[in-house]
Amino acid sequence: MSHFLDRLMFFKRNVETFSDGHGVVTNEPRDWEDAYRQRWAHDRVVRSTHGTNCTGSCSWKIYVKGGIVTWETQQTDYPRTRPDMPNHEPRGCSRGASYSWYLYSANRLKYPMVRGRLLRMWREAKAKAGDPVAAWASIVEDPAKAKSYRSVRGLGGFVRANWAEAEEIVAAANVYTAKTFGPDRIIGFSPIPAMSMVSYAAGTRYLSLIGGVAMSFYDWYCDLPPSSPQTWGEQTDVPESADWYNSTFLIIWGSNVPQTRTPDAHFYTEVRYKGTKSVVITPDYSEASKFADLWLSPKQGTDAALAMAMGHVILKEFHVAGRSDYFQDYCRRFTDMPFLVRLIEKDGRYVPDRFVRASDFADNRGETNNPDWKPLVIDDATGWAVVPTGSVGFRWGEQGKWNLEMRNAATGVEVHPKLTLVDAHDDTLAVAFPYFGNRTHPYFAGTTHPDVLMRTVPVKRLALKDGETPVATVFDLLAANYGVDRGLGGEAARSYDDDVPYTPAWQERITGVKRQHVIATAREFATNADKTRGKSMIILGAAINHWYHGDMIYRAIINMLALCGCVGQSGGGWAHYVGQEKLRPQTGWTPLAFALDWHRPPRQMNSTSFFYAHTDQWRYESLGIKEILSPLADKSIEGSLIDFNVRAERMGWLPSAPQFDINPLKVAGDAAAAGKEPAAYVVEALKSGRLKLACEDPDNPRNFPRNLFVWRSNLLGSSGKGHEYFLKHLLGTQHGVQGKDLGAEGGVKPQEVAWHDPAPEGKLDLLVTIDFRMSTTCLYSDIVLPTATWYEKHDLNTSDMHPFIHPLSAAVDPVWESRSDWNIFKGIARRFSELCPGHLGVEKDLVLTPLMHDAPAELGQPFGPRDWRKGECEPVPGKTMPAIAVVERDYPNTYKKFTALGPLMVKVGNGGKGIAWNTEAEVKHLAELNGTVAEPGPSQGCPRIETDIDAAEIILTLAPETNGHVAVKAWAALGKATGREHTHLARAREDEQLRFRDLQAQPRKIISSPTWSGIESEKVSYTAGYTNVHEFIPWRTLTGRQQLYQDHAWMLAFGEGLCLYKPPVDTKTIEPMMNRRSNGEPEIALNFITPHQKWGIHSTYTDNLIMLTMSRGGPIVWLSEKDAAKIGVEDNDWIEAFNVNGALVARAVVSQRVKEGMVLMYHAQEKIVNVPGSEITGARGGIHNSVTRTCPKPTHMIGGYAQQSWGFNYHGTIGTNRDEFVIVRKMAKVDWLEGPAAAAAAE
Amino acid sequence: MNAYLNQLVFGFFPYFCLSVFLVGSLIRFDREQYGWRSGSSQLLRRRQLRWGSNLFHVGILFLLFGHFVGLLTPHAVYEPFIGPPAKQMLAILSGGVAGILCFIGLTLLVHRRLTDPRIRATSGAMDIAILLLLWVQLVLGLVTIPYSLQHADGSVMLLLSEWAQRIVTFRAGAAELVAPVAWPYKAHIVLGLTVFLLFPFSRLVHIWSAPVGYLFRRTQVVRRRGGASKALP
Repeated sequence: MSHFLDRLMFFKRNVETFSDGHGVVTNEPRDWEDAYRQRWAHDRVVRSTHGTNCTGSCSWKIYVKGGIVTWETQQTDYPRTRPDMPNHEPRGCSRGASYSWYLYSANRLKYPMVRGRLLRMWREAKAKAGDPVAAWASIVEDPAKAKSYRSVRGLGGFVRANWAEAEEIVAAANVYTAKTFGPDRIIGFSPIPAMSMVSYAAGTRYLSLIGGVAMSFYDWYCDLPPSSPQTWGEQTDVPESADWYNSTFLIIWGSNVPQTRTPDAHFYTEVRYKGTKSVVITPDYSEASKFADLWLSPKQGTDAALAMAMGHVILKEFHVAGRSDYFQDYCRRFTDMPFLVRLIEKDGRYVPDRFVRASDFADNRGETNNPDWKPLVIDDATGWAVVPTGSVGFRWGEQGKWNLEMRNAATGVEVHPKLTLVDAHDDTLAVAFPYFGNRTHPYFAGTTHPDVLMRTVPVKRLALKDGETPVATVFDLLAANYGVDRGLGGEAARSYDDDVPYTPAWQERITGVKRQHVIATAREFATNADKTRGKSMIILGAAINHWYHGDMIYRAIINMLALCGCVGQSGGGWAHYVGQEKLRPQTGWTPLAFALDWHRPPRQMNSTSFFYAHTDQWRYESLGIKEILSPLADKSIEGSLIDFNVRAERMGWLPSAPQFDINPLKVAGDAAAAGKEPAAYVVEALKSGRLKLACEDPDNPRNFPRNLFVWRSNLLGSSGKGHEYFLKHLLGTQHGVQGKDLGAEGGVKPQEVAWHDPAPEGKLDLLVTIDFRMSTTCLYSDIVLPTATWYEKHDLNTSDMHPFIHPLSAAVDPVWESRSDWNIFKGIARRFSELCPGHLGVEKDLVLTPLMHDAPAELGQPFGPRDWRKGECEPVPGKTMPAIAVVERDYPNTYKKFTALGPLMVKVGNGGKGIAWNTEAEVKHLAELNGTVAEPGPSQGCPRIETDIDAAEIILTLAPETNGHVAVKAWAALGKATGREHTHLARAREDEQLRFRDLQAQPRKIISSPTWSGIESEKVSYTAGYTNVHEFIPWRTLTGRQQLYQDHAWMLAFGEGLCLYKPPVDTKTIEPMMNRRSNGEPEIALNFITPHQKWGIHSTYTDNLIMLTMSRGGPIVWLSEKDAAKIGVEDNDWIEAFNVNGALVARAVVSQRVKEGMVLMYHAQEKIVNVPGSEITGARGGIHNSVTRTCPKPTHMIGGYAQQSWGFNYHGTIGTNRDEFVIVRKMAKVDWLEGPAAAAAAE
Repeated sequence: MNAYLNQLVFGFFPYFCLSVFLVGSLIRFDREQYGWRSGSSQLLRRRQLRWGSNLFHVGILFLLFGHFVGLLTPHAVYEPFIGPPAKQMLAILSGGVAGILCFIGLTLLVHRRLTDPRIRATSGAMDIAILLLLWVQLVLGLVTIPYSLQHADGSVMLLLSEWAQRIVTFRAGAAELVAPVAWPYKAHIVLGLTVFLLFPFSRLVHIWSAPVGYLFRRTQVVRRRGGASKALP
């Protein structure tokens, strides 16, 4: 009754004593104990996960108490693994455990917000014009009005709006843009569908319905390793983390497993208890290093040299010495090593050219279908050059021979190809190989070997159509390139101590790693693989992937794995974990996400090229093409990087957005007016120059991207390489760009692109960001829409690290006025449809598509690039230029289409990665499950997609990974192409169909599907390439095998036919700033390295109080003790890092962990927390990307060439950033810029 | 000071303060168990706390105990052992030493609370007010020493203890006794009563719960399941 009265019991408090009076039993009240019980009591527990880009995909229990999410803990009810494997759980880390902080934090977005100046003008304009579209036009068409709100982006000034108003502005802007400039000027950026598939699909479904552009992320994030499509024709496929436990020799190379793969790291710990040896290779003493039996610390960015030297050892000791039958068999069957390459004479030297094709022979070797795409091998038994099955030529246009059975395609007789001609050659030739290790770089040591290395290669002479031609096998060329002595004389390394490129001795000077460590590691790695049939694994990551020439590092490592037969074997292979790219139910998701149920094809764009062009980073390009071309390249190759990109777009290699320099809705009309078919009209107009591609003039206002949606992303606070260029040119606001463009510098301007002076600033009319927290991107937006958090919506989530599919579940309804992404885009679609009448009706939209991978178009250009613009060939859509399609868009019915599954799923069916299947049964099932649309209109009778759960069911029903019936159909479809029976991989689970509520009950293991190269089984862990090796399904490459030789003309021109070492490129950003803007403190130039966080997942959690408290509460960079001493910096000092791209400020962490010569800045530390002003720019701080500028690589633009063809998030230019240098110095004055911005500007 | 005001301040105000002190403490104990604490800031910063807190507590406890005994012990009880002049000198000496210790400690605490940004940021208005009040009260107490030395016979001391004893025994005529004493005594009394008034609203409540029992408890204490009552749903 009363705490006080309860204590008034002097006489009956003590009941009895015990233990000789040492103890006493009392009657004291115990009600207070309930407080502790209530602390952990809760009303319910809901399963969800965190939709962040970390590959974790961990199952969490979300606790709700009194309608409030109170905390979360790790779920431990995963399906068990088999008896000899550790279980997956517990999964999770401190970052995820702090997530519930966001829901009710001050940083939570609670209401729709609009930039104040814009909203005022909008209300005035709307009152005046009445029509919202006209109102929008009156604002953006008035330069003064447009500038007034663009120039204050990022400087505060948001006001609260309501949903109706915010939706109306967005819809009006979209209608205006589609009508005036074209729907391809409406852009959407959202990354990583696997994080939250329905949320991603919501935005892209809307955009795809109206003809907007979905942007790629994997390449832009530089997580895409181009070596993967080049070698395997796969975007990326990797072993699940449980497969680490099957490995018996593990190299961890530039990946920080315990820090960035925290929930998976236990498998690494456990396998070491089993006795597996581990070598860790990182420049810094990273968290992973402590797991190592041997830690190697090469100079950052030189890993290719190290891997080449290891490859040298493996080739010499195992292959040339003939020590391993397993390696020989593997390489013969599963790599391109036995395939024949033409050697041609160039400037008096023989150089490797392209693969010999069936069409090189007068009789096409009897091949009538795609003889241009059928390379040859030498049959050991007969010594004849034969066409084996399985190359890409067999994939299209015929069936049953696309397999790795290794038969003579003509006779069906088994072939045993020769790997080497060393004992069966007609001749030996001195062949020229390019060498890049001698290129000078101010901060990287090179060697003095010549530009061209001559190596002796055994050859055979074949009588081809154009005369007798010497040919060599890829293996012989590879061995020659590695400098391995074949006993044929000429220049080669006789011993490991020879200073000949690619020996262990040679790499010492470049990497600083002792040769005996290289030899021992390579030897043990290969010996283990030989004994275990490939159970040597290399886990590799961002630290080596993000370099401009990172593909060389990766290929050098892939060579090691291929030479040792590790790829496709459980416990072995290439384990690249960068970016949560693995969207397991991909083929079920694609139709929903890109509205393929209503229109095909969708508009998709590669982001690196897009942002490079439209943020005008190309105007500042400092990397000359001569710096990266091979010494053996044709001298006629010239142009700047954007020229190569424009050529690639023109030839149909890369996509374009915007596409034409006029509105694509008008082109079809123009064609009709001219009385021509649209495709014929476009070809003719392009050829005559009347019609141009937008990429040739990105600074023309007609070609600006006008509307940009950003959702599930922090583009400006995290991934936007060249941040300050974004601010300057795309947004037109306060920026920190220090350098001048090529025009002002008097540099060489691009040839293919029109140059405008002055450069445009503020291209975007409208930036809409959808987020749950006020991120840096939100701050720079015009409209910010509050979305549901990961505990407030229903969605799906998968990872490459484990085989389960997870739900995100609404533990509570979205708080305040936030809404799920699905509902946000549904609302915009509704308003958009309502605003269309009078502006947009049923329109014909002309869509350009590049020559896509996994489609017949990938056989577009078998020989040499030919540019129709230069008259080298005729423009043929889908062959020498992008394909042309006319898509009819019923704009006023956009909302109806958004909320129903359209008729094309029945009419055309579904598929993916080059195979297709009928999907009628699934659509019927969905109609019964979700109900059908009753209202009249185009969607009447179609299955409904009203809610996020409806959308999730669409994905789960259509995908083979979650629907056994579809899996069997998909395997059967693949079996037609390969001529083999594969359905046994899914039969056991044929009747299983996962539904959304099943996943909420427990994460479920997915079903094996031909979309992926591994299998889900109770006997082996998932590993990439498993079905290629064990089911004889070809890799989706030119040769159908793992391709170590890249024979495209551009690959050869840039010296990358075979893998070799290339030093980092010189970005030239230091010299113009060094010691020119002194603040009195000493300055030092350091390599700017931006690894993944310890206290965040990219920018998520970096504004979270709990994580900030665990670190230093604001931006930090890590300096080595030596470098810090050189510039007089002590731990926790404020420093500034800057170059011509901009500047950033942070506190210094001085640590012996860091290698001298580099500065580490965990990337994406939010600009909104504890960032003072910069002494260089005078503006607030900057983020890690303030000092970067993206720099595309021409070899990534190649298209129309088998595996080197474009695919969304599969292949394309990547946003590299590791080669950058910054000047670091102590700050003289830390100014927090506390006054209003206007006052600061006036000063 | 006119008689009415004198009666109000020294006749009625004490009852008001003591009532609030007792009833307020009771209500707060019953209703706000989670706020019943000393509000220590030791976790935030240890600096200045060892000297400040210890000196303050040693001094203030002695002063509190001294005032309690000195004021409320009837004259007749100690008369046989010690005369008023000697008792007053004892009080001045011991109280003076304790007062100086307390002054040093309290000044450190005030400095710490006001200047340390962490402590300042986590301080409530009452935390600062009560500290300043105690400091002023202590200074006033020290100021009375020279006055007391002026009448070494202990007459004022007797007057004041008589006042206190009349107040606590509900006898009339208390206020009139104080009317002639010097202003520092009066100010000290008023402020002292105010401390009692604010007591239930401040961290001072922890005095009630000083863990003296720990010194005497058994080694192991087992609370019986069910306990004395089933309070609160």
